[in-house]
Amino acid sequence: MGEGSPEAVLRCEGLRKSYGGLVAVDGVGFHIAPGETYGLLGPNGAGKTTSISMIAGLLERDAGEVMVAGKPLTTRSTDAKRVVGLVPQDIAIYPDLTARENLSFFGRLYGMPKVELKQRVAEVLEIVGLADRAGDRAEEYSGGMKRRLNIGIGLLHRPRLLILDEPTVGVDPQSRNAILESVERLSVEGMAVLYTTHYMEEAERLCDRVAIIDSGKIVAEGTRRELVELVGQHDRVRLTATGDLKAAVDAACAIDGVKGADVIDGGIDFLADRAGDRLIEILTKVGASGVIVSSVRVEEPNLEAVFLHLTGKALRD
Amino acid sequence: MALLRSSLLIARKDITQRIRDRSVFIWGLIAPFGLALIFSFVFNPVSDSEFHAEYVVVNEDGGPVADGFEAALANVEAGGIATIRSVESAEEARRQVEVGSDAFADEQLARADAAFLIPPGFSEGVLAGRGGELTVVGARGSELGAYVARAVAEGFVAELHAVDVAVKTVFPPGVEPTAEQVGALIPAAMAVASPIAVEDISAGTKQLDGTTQMTAGMGVFFVFFTVAFGVSGLLEERQYGTMTRLLAAPIRRESIILGKAITSFVLGVGSLAVLVVASTILLGAEWGDPLGVAVLVVAVVVSAMGVLAIVASVARTQEQAGMFASIVSLVFGLLGGTFFPVDQVGGVLSKVSLIAPHAWFLRGLGDLAGGEVAAIWPSVGALLTFGVVTSAGAWVFLKKAVTP
Ligand SMILES: Nc1ncnc2c1ncn2[C@@H]1O[C@H](COP(=O)(O)OP(=O)(O)OP(=O)(O)O)[C@@H](O)[C@H]1O
Ligand SMILES: [Mg+2]
Repeated sequence: MGEGSPEAVLRCEGLRKSYGGLVAVDGVGFHIAPGETYGLLGPNGAGKTTSISMIAGLLERDAGEVMVAGKPLTTRSTDAKRVVGLVPQDIAIYPDLTARENLSFFGRLYGMPKVELKQRVAEVLEIVGLADRAGDRAEEYSGGMKRRLNIGIGLLHRPRLLILDEPTVGVDPQSRNAILESVERLSVEGMAVLYTTHYMEEAERLCDRVAIIDSGKIVAEGTRRELVELVGQHDRVRLTATGDLKAAVDAACAIDGVKGADVIDGGIDFLADRAGDRLIEILTKVGASGVIVSSVRVEEPNLEAVFLHLTGKALRD
Repeated sequence: MALLRSSLLIARKDITQRIRDRSVFIWGLIAPFGLALIFSFVFNPVSDSEFHAEYVVVNEDGGPVADGFEAALANVEAGGIATIRSVESAEEARRQVEVGSDAFADEQLARADAAFLIPPGFSEGVLAGRGGELTVVGARGSELGAYVARAVAEGFVAELHAVDVAVKTVFPPGVEPTAEQVGALIPAAMAVASPIAVEDISAGTKQLDGTTQMTAGMGVFFVFFTVAFGVSGLLEERQYGTMTRLLAAPIRRESIILGKAITSFVLGVGSLAVLVVASTILLGAEWGDPLGVAVLVVAVVVSAMGVLAIVASVARTQEQAGMFASIVSLVFGLLGGTFFPVDQVGGVLSKVSLIAPHAWFLRGLGDLAGGEVAAIWPSVGALLTFGVVTSAGAWVFLKKAVTP
């Protein structure tokens, strides 16, 4: 889907926001197609929430433009906002209302007709796994349940663009997995998803394309593969092995495409281009030098490494 | 009218919240009614009352605040509505309430409809600003007696509102009026007893009778607090993070402010209206021409909304808004003559009192008691002017408050 494609659900460009002297967002722009999940990956304070707040029309922007489903979106648009769903970073629910009441209130605010709303509320309660607690006040929920309700409100009105701002922070691994799965399902159903996170694993798992954002600027954008190639990172092959490891290293280094090798504790670490293609050759050479291999692991370079390479910083503090 | 539709949705949601957390019942109904009850006995001792309750009080504190509460109870007793007895221990008090709950108990045993428990250290806690807890234990089968006891305690505690004093009610199931039942309970209470006979005050004196004066004073005093709940809902949205969602929703920003205004108006007018009706029937208050009263009630609520909206737009958090609102309401309430008749003091004070909407409201009611509905227009005009000017000021600031 190219830059000029008319069917992009979200298209934003030149977004800029400063707070006093601090430029929080500086020229952010990208586009998302239907069914595509787009990740904004960046550390604390990178400008993810600020970007999203401008895209969703919460925050007045200093410069830039946002088009949602072909319509311009500003803080005052009501039409364009109707097709956007937002899951804020901080839990945003009414504690003294029940899950059902929270959902119904926001559904009505989005103009959903009563009959459809009732059915959809039941559906969303199932999706976020709160159907059996729907009549309890939200203040009685656990943190993870509140998070799930927070997400449910965002997708209630079947938005064409769903924006999730770090929805898994502070959630146990099980709930986290459930959240990631429902995001995957939504994008299969054709929803465009904008997903911010500072967890590299989430961006790698969910997102078709990722933008790496730092200090208010997008420093790189593309599929995972593109990003990795952009910085020329190699795959890593890790062997657990015994025998004359030094000799095996020397033998394997002669293979075309192997960029380096090191003896590590209980095995060997190779760096290689397209390691999968060369794995047989590596194992043959290593075996020939009398080394016994007990396990093999191939690691593609990850976004963490890309981030480090591009910004000179680690993703997490 | 998309604007109005979303405002009404927001207001309905807000009112549901306020009913759930019971704040509107305590500040809007129970507190003013309880205080009016206490004060009205001072002015109008009851002679031939059908309703009479037996209360016991345990003062394990002995400090000045506890003494103040006992003095308030003495007023209630002087009013003839209840007999107050001191007992030694909480156990003994609870036992007497137990007896009061038992319809077949031995006639010889001491019984009580409700007990007030003042715990040790209560005064100290209140005076140190830490707050305290008054417990009211009600007897099963004496709904009205228990309810009046609770109202008396809430009324007293509300006077100490600057510190966090809670009234804990320990009523057996079916006795404590739940938030939803309070509305229904008042008419029920009316049916049981019309306890207080009020001497007729001849019309045309341009003076409210003591009971009405007191109830009106307490009502207008507390309506500022009730309205404050509606207005500070704007800050509550920020505290809950839900402001973000409201801003992301396909509604205009004005409808958020308008929604809060509708909430404040409904809570304010609703609580005053119930107070007017309840005090007329239960306390024999005479408010005067219903239409005139209605106009004054609406006008004073509008003025409260304006000044409290300014307070809310200055405050950064809901707690701060609550504190500012208390200060403003207290100062205006004192100046406006809700606790003592400022205009009888004369001099500068009676002039200064006219900056307070409370004074105009009471003056309007006094004029109405004189018999002429048209006589209230100056007061209504002053209240509405006050309301419009302050609201216009607040609008400018509040638009800035509607941000993530
Ligand atoms: N209301 C504000 N006033 C002043 N500065 C702000 C405000 N909101 C954000 N900032 C600043 O803008 C920068 C970007 O903040 P933002 O919240 O967008 O980061 P983020 O990428 O969402 O971080 P996190 O992962 O911690 O949520 C930060 O330096 C932050 O301090
Ligand atoms: Mg953020």
